[in-house]
Amino acid sequence: MVKEVERNRLQPHTTQNAPVEFHESRQELHDMLAQMILIRHFEDKVYEMYTRAKIGGYCHMNHGEEATIIGAIRPLRPQDWIISFYREHGHILARGTEPKYVMAELFGREDGVARGRGGSMHLFDASRRFLGGYGIVAGQMPLAIGVGYSTKYRDADEVTLLLTGDGAMANGASHETLNMIGIYHLPVITLIVNNLYGMGTTVERSAANPDLWKRGEMYNMWGTQVDGMDVMQVRRTMEEAMDRARHGQPSLIEAITYRYRGHSVADAARYRTPEEVQAWRGADPIERFYRQLLEAEVVTEQDRQEIERQVDATVQQAVDFADASPQPDPSGLFDYLYVNPPPTLNEPETPDA
Amino acid sequence: MPEMTYRQALHDALREEMQRDPNVFLLGEEIGIFGGSYKVTEGLIDEFGPQRVLETPISEGGIIGLATGASMTGLRPVAEIMTINFIVVGMDQLVNNAAKIPYMFGGEAKAPIVIRTPSGAGHQLASQHSQVLESWFAYVPGMYVIAPSTPADAKGLLKASIRDDNPILFVENVLLYNEKGEVPEGEHILPLGKADVKREGEDITLIAYSRAVHMALAAADALAEQGISAEVVDLRSLRPLDIETVVSSVRKTNHAIVLHEGWKRYGAGAEIAAEIQEHAFDDLDHPVERITGAEVPLPYATSLERAALPRVEDVVMRAAFILGRDKVGV
Ligand SMILES: Cc1ncc(C[n+]2csc(CCOP(=O)(O)OP(=O)(O)O)c2C)c(N)n1
Repeated sequence: MVKEVERNRLQPHTTQNAPVEFHESRQELHDMLAQMILIRHFEDKVYEMYTRAKIGGYCHMNHGEEATIIGAIRPLRPQDWIISFYREHGHILARGTEPKYVMAELFGREDGVARGRGGSMHLFDASRRFLGGYGIVAGQMPLAIGVGYSTKYRDADEVTLLLTGDGAMANGASHETLNMIGIYHLPVITLIVNNLYGMGTTVERSAANPDLWKRGEMYNMWGTQVDGMDVMQVRRTMEEAMDRARHGQPSLIEAITYRYRGHSVADAARYRTPEEVQAWRGADPIERFYRQLLEAEVVTEQDRQEIERQVDATVQQAVDFADASPQPDPSGLFDYLYVNPPPTLNEPETPDA
Repeated sequence: MPEMTYRQALHDALREEMQRDPNVFLLGEEIGIFGGSYKVTEGLIDEFGPQRVLETPISEGGIIGLATGASMTGLRPVAEIMTINFIVVGMDQLVNNAAKIPYMFGGEAKAPIVIRTPSGAGHQLASQHSQVLESWFAYVPGMYVIAPSTPADAKGLLKASIRDDNPILFVENVLLYNEKGEVPEGEHILPLGKADVKREGEDITLIAYSRAVHMALAAADALAEQGISAEVVDLRSLRPLDIETVVSSVRKTNHAIVLHEGWKRYGAGAEIAAEIQEHAFDDLDHPVERITGAEVPLPYATSLERAALPRVEDVVMRAAFILGRDKVGV
């Protein structure tokens, strides 16, 4: 499974024609494709809604990263945990959270997954053990040590998927996290979604050794690199990592992928060439998986059309739902700040107001 | 005097200081090819090259540590931390190292660094990207915290900061970069730790710094329409704190409101109110009031964000009330 992916930016990967073996059910494969397409269309709509000022703040999208998302999240069981970062719309959708609640959060509405308080960077779904998107680069990472430790403490059969970017691997928190996961043999799988850039900085300029997966060895965990444009490869790697995690061995997986759009909606991405973007779009993870499924006669062109139709409807419903959801009432400004605060917490009224 | 943006004034200050002193160099995330997150350093890498415009990974501890170490060995680093929220990640280097080095080593060493960073809220950036944390640093003896409100001050204070031998947190504001104003031509340097009366008045003193100065000025305009004459004092620096300028204004007006972004309790306003009552208790006709943001992490939704940020109307209302003229209607 260990594949070294060429880091030639105009040559997306070397595993284009690797044979694919499916042992999932037809339904499962169909659903994987449908979810990848859902994430793509959802993000297209997010972009449109941002330009129409329905969405604000920082907004980072997942276009191009669908294989890393579905490949890593789909194999998780209901009892497993996810901790993510600000580029997480697709992550929560892959976990099964209904798109309308995600869209409502992006619209800053009361029906959003964080009741409009969090926005794009801070999605959360406790019922699906999705422990949130965090906005400080690498700031989510140390939390995974605690989640993994909690699993071990309770002697539970759970795995934690920690998602992070390549740029985050330059931050001190990444070292503390991986080292502690390694020391305590925690059931945590760290997936580096290496989209080759942290904002405008290439991974070669942010990492002294850009082969991030190689750090696994020094933290006493399984380190491996995978073609992040191939959903089945990501999935197989993840399955192996889950198996190892349940036997007390953590993993560090580096998935090589590409973000098609700028760092955030506001970034015009002038630091890379159109040829480069084109080359990667040519290796599109959705089209590739679709071709694999066509060849294996798992889906038909008609299935694809039907998926597209359903996804479009779902995304439109999500927008309609979000638009109809109320803005949080300003009287709720202090809700959720503390649990059962003492009366002395509250600010006294200005005496003569 | 030429008019320019706050961003341009900062850019010019950096450029002029780099031209003047070859030991001045910049470091930070995305400050080169990308031009800086708020485009302050745009073009400087072309002029000065990658050694003097050092692009770093996302390593705030490393950035501030690098700056401090370089400053101990003769260089004059000016680091950019993309926003003040991320400085928390590098706070150890700033608070435990840079701010301690001169004193802890009995004056044998110095750490002349400038850390530039924008503070503030207002773009729906939510809890982790909307903080106003400069007062934490003003609490630390051994550091300066400078916070200009206008392009002219931005330029004059940044140049002075780069030439100063102390560790300095230079606080910019995300909503001020496009603010325009006149900037004196030629060498323009301002003293550090000197407040500035931005508008003279007789009835009440509005004390502010950074973006809140503009809110205070807007409030003063509105108050003038009600026949109230407000004086606006721009602190320009939280440490050193020029309490004399504040106190002499309050002695004249007998009323004071401190206005700032961020949280009220343990914030800059608490310190200033305490100083005023220590130095001008007998001159006060009313307790010093504070107008700040609400005591919550900033929420994302516009309806809540608006409710959490301080507003010009609040200042106008309170000032009128304090002066017993709130019947005029606002
Ligand atoms: C501590 C910190 N420093 C800087 C930033 C600003 N910032 C946000 S995302 C980002 C790039 C992160 O890149 P990477 O980890 O590769 O993830 P990607 O955005 O490419 O998915 C930067 C520098 C931040 N949010 N937190």
